[in-house]
Amino acid sequence: MAVTTGQQTADLREPPSWRRSKNRIATVLMITAFVLVIIPLGFVLYTVIAKGISIISWQFLTASIPPNVLPASIGGMGPAVVGTLEITALATVLAVPLGVLGAVYLNEYGGNKLLAKIIGFMSDVMTGVPSIVMGLFIFSIWVLHFGYSGLAGALALGCLMLPIVIRSTYEMLRLVPDPLREASYALGASKARVTVTVVLPTALGGIVSGALLAIARAAGETAPLLFTILTVTTVNRNVFSGANTSLPSQIFANASSPYVGAQARGWGAALTLIAIAFILMVIARLVTARFSRHLR
Amino acid sequence: MSAVTKADPAGPAGSARPLSERRPLGDISFQALALAAGLLVLVILVLIAISTSQQASSWFSTEGVKIFSSTWNPSANQFGALPFIYGTAVTAIIALVIAVPVSVAIALLLTEVVPYRWSRPIVYVIDLLAVIPSVVWGLWGILVFAPWIQHIYASVSSGVNGIPVLDSLFGGPTSGASFFTAGIILAFMITPIVTSLSREVIATVPAIDKEGAYALGATRWEMIRGAVWPHSQAGVVGAVLLGLGRAMGETIAVALVIGSSATITSHLLAPGYNMPAVIANEFGEASGLFRAALIGMGVLLFAFTIIINVIARAVVERSGRRKRGA
Repeated sequence: MAVTTGQQTADLREPPSWRRSKNRIATVLMITAFVLVIIPLGFVLYTVIAKGISIISWQFLTASIPPNVLPASIGGMGPAVVGTLEITALATVLAVPLGVLGAVYLNEYGGNKLLAKIIGFMSDVMTGVPSIVMGLFIFSIWVLHFGYSGLAGALALGCLMLPIVIRSTYEMLRLVPDPLREASYALGASKARVTVTVVLPTALGGIVSGALLAIARAAGETAPLLFTILTVTTVNRNVFSGANTSLPSQIFANASSPYVGAQARGWGAALTLIAIAFILMVIARLVTARFSRHLR
Repeated sequence: MSAVTKADPAGPAGSARPLSERRPLGDISFQALALAAGLLVLVILVLIAISTSQQASSWFSTEGVKIFSSTWNPSANQFGALPFIYGTAVTAIIALVIAVPVSVAIALLLTEVVPYRWSRPIVYVIDLLAVIPSVVWGLWGILVFAPWIQHIYASVSSGVNGIPVLDSLFGGPTSGASFFTAGIILAFMITPIVTSLSREVIATVPAIDKEGAYALGATRWEMIRGAVWPHSQAGVVGAVLLGLGRAMGETIAVALVIGSSATITSHLLAPGYNMPAVIANEFGEASGLFRAALIGMGVLLFAFTIIINVIARAVVERSGRRKRGA
């Protein structure tokens, strides 16, 4: 590196000084921050997997929920698995189409209109509304009149998902190149037709992966379900009427139980829930990866 | 426009349809549908405010200003929300004090230190934190974390005994389920959002500013202090406010680990309570004025978080616009 001439070359590098030490300290602190985050994450995942894996079986996923006093070997979380699947599916059916339509309004029709700006801003603000407030809202507006049901839970989850779907879809629609739209208009297509047959299919991958992340988030929510489905221990296949249950509500109930069997079933349910969320996240990543390759 | 609309009868067949023909019904109804879906957001927000306030009105009218009193005694029909407002503020502040330096440091690590191919996996790991549901944090918090940290609390408490400020903060009675445990769990939960928003803001710092700093002989840390920080300060403040909103509204994990004791105390290692937790824990048994009081606390929570989120979004948007303009 050093160019050797006849005489001794002057070392132009600064001597190790306080400035360099400060720089090194800062870098070390940044890495420490990351390690600080990995430790609890690893700890939680390890605990859930270690305690959950021993109890999870096909029987656990389908058997009915026994009284808390019974040991872990008896019963399972069947009704909660059924409840989570049906309530989350219904919430998806309610929120995703509306969210996509809302984003279509914001990006395709809204333009620079004041109304579109207000809706976009308030939709971002709505992502910050606490989930428990959504539960109280659906309790006040629906449960007091029509009683507890899976549908009420789905409405609460749908309210949580709606702004997330709007935001992610909007970001995807913005990426669709304008020449695609213009080419379609030039062929005489109406705006609705251009949106449905050109814009949405182009952004489909991104929209799907955004929706999957919203579903993953909703599937793990407990607070909106507490006052809308009223945690029960029997299976309820009718999502539209009668009290229901879900994995998160059941974990919440079991976490404060002193019985070892109930706690073990809680860990099993937690592992099931994390697995569902994780699978949704992986699918979303795969869809995104495929989609971005497609665009290139 | 109108000049073009005159269809030329001699033109090729099929192209004779005038351009300004009335829009087909399908087109108009699709636009109406999209508009309705957009308006739904505003409708829901207004309905939340109206319907919950209605259910809580008996609390607001019977207690009046006393809704902010510090006595919470449901059996004597006294419903003062101050202990819960205090608890919400304390847990959220603890969470921010822990999460903000960590999140900003990780954001800087991702944008300024590690090469791109390493930053992707790090982002995945941070996002994993957000995938863990609140109730799983709570389950882990109460069954694993609280029993473990309770011994540390006990020795800290006896260690600070007699030291002026520290004693009133960390002394006194301790419990595994406490304000501080809730704050730590909240910190884990808000780290992903504060990190990703700070990272977005920091990524907008123009490369030319950074190169300029390096050209003047700055070390990386001096470059961050001199070029990155002034540029991203406002956006990071917005990210922190959004984290604050999250921390205030997060319910289930806190409900399990906060200790469920409606007291106002400076002892952070003692059990406490906050607004979302008391709603989640007590709602099942509540009726009448009790239920109205709990829903009323939901209204307060809604109001606080909306105000914080509006400010945060405005700050983020303004800093974003200024950057794009520059």
